[in-house]
Amino acid sequence: MAAKSIISRPVYGTLSPQPGKHHLFIADAEGALAISDMAARAPAGFFEGAEIVYIPDPGGKHVAALEALKPAQFHQAPSFASLLPRLKQTLSNAHMGLRLYLAGTEGLIGQAMQVALEAGIDHTSMQTEHRGSLARRMQCVHCKGITENVTTQPAICAHCGLLLLVRDHYSRRLAAFQGVCINAEDRSEMPPIEEAFP
Amino acid sequence: MSTGTTKLDVVVSDVVPVNELVTRFHFRRRDGELLPTFSGGAHVVVEMRDGDRTRLNPYSLMGSPLDTREYTISVRRDDVGRGGSLFMHRSVKAGLEMVISYPVNLFSLDLRAKKHLMLAGGIGITPFMAQTAQLAGEGGNFELHYTCRTASLGTYADLLRERYDRRIRLYHDDLDERIELDRLLSTQPLGTHLYVCGPAGMINWVRDRAASLGWPPEAVHFEHFAAPQPGLPFDVTLAVSGKTIRVGEQQSLLEAIEAAGVDPPYLCRGGVCGQCETNVISYDGKFIHNDHWLSEEDHRSGWKIMPCVSRFEGKSLVLER
Repeated sequence: MAAKSIISRPVYGTLSPQPGKHHLFIADAEGALAISDMAARAPAGFFEGAEIVYIPDPGGKHVAALEALKPAQFHQAPSFASLLPRLKQTLSNAHMGLRLYLAGTEGLIGQAMQVALEAGIDHTSMQTEHRGSLARRMQCVHCKGITENVTTQPAICAHCGLLLLVRDHYSRRLAAFQGVCINAEDRSEMPPIEEAFP
Repeated sequence: MSTGTTKLDVVVSDVVPVNELVTRFHFRRRDGELLPTFSGGAHVVVEMRDGDRTRLNPYSLMGSPLDTREYTISVRRDDVGRGGSLFMHRSVKAGLEMVISYPVNLFSLDLRAKKHLMLAGGIGITPFMAQTAQLAGEGGNFELHYTCRTASLGTYADLLRERYDRRIRLYHDDLDERIELDRLLSTQPLGTHLYVCGPAGMINWVRDRAASLGWPPEAVHFEHFAAPQPGLPFDVTLAVSGKTIRVGEQQSLLEAIEAAGVDPPYLCRGGVCGQCETNVISYDGKFIHNDHWLSEEDHRSGWKIMPCVSRFEGKSLVLER
């Protein structure tokens, strides 16, 4: 569970079954466990109106557990990028009454939320639950490049190579934490790089 | 001075009967300047000086927000109400100088919406007059479903049809026409926001069905047209100002506090905005909570009351005012 800090730092909850007939779940890796846990509290027949889109770890752990919930649709994808066209299509055809549940890593939750925001769902209307890695999606504020799966503090921008302080300052629009050059005054100053977001 | 209740000195520039129950009032500034900008859904509080009694009633602005030369409100005559609407209908004529508050919006459009779905009942049409004008000016996507008792009491129905054509759907109670609410709510594109204004029963029905059908509360907006309910007179001690007051049968607790020369904050005077929330120091009796602001827990606790709409029955009530 991520620690609370500044106000823009996302805070995640625990998935809970919402009223309605259509439920869209997007999860990666250990996010599957959040869905399984919620299923134990869901009313009978809940998953008959549910679609689960899942990005498993290599090895396909938890896939069988999700299939066992017997959702109306179950779709596996190798990466977020590969499920994006399908997600956009689903949301553009959806009606009010569709409820969205996002579970797993912050990168997955943030990117799915970004697409859902564009489709007109308020971020406070989405159910979220963080599970698994604390790795961050980071935007370099200098070159604007996005670096995925940042686990260290500071971190090197994969685009321009600057050494960046990974801030808690988060952008929902970009689905990324902000990375700011940590040694702008003296580039020879090299603070130790430590594992901060395992 | 109460929050958001900065006053405007206006003159009634026109009084127009709309149908057998509704009359429209136009206000302009006495100094000839433009009125403050407002957004669709905003209301003003009109001060009615009726002999030694002052009433402060909120009314939605129904003109186009794009035109601030004048403000317009429409008042439905309520023959069994507390007298504010009767005063407006009987005593307010063109040329009368009045005082109104700055506009306040507690029922604003969420302009992030992909579509605006509006449900009006009766005189609840007034905020939508301004909102549709605002959206039409911006090319916004909206549709309005308007329920009225009869065609002749369908205030502004003809005007709305003329302006917006098929974006307006009318339902007449006397012809037994009813909104197919579940179908309507189930077929709206993702990103639609719902707005409802009308009688309490209609608002409760729409909110309840929307929640059941999976509409998140963030996308459901409503405005109650709730005047304070009359009730038995009761006595109140105001601990801070050291006064004991009596709340009359036709008076709200807030009005009684104001009549005693105490000036608590207020905005909506309808139990929704939270401004006049007042702490209870002690009580012996029963609260009659009529607001939509406090939580059920607050209502049970006996620690708080919304004096604009709620009342009390019992031996004693001491408020932190």
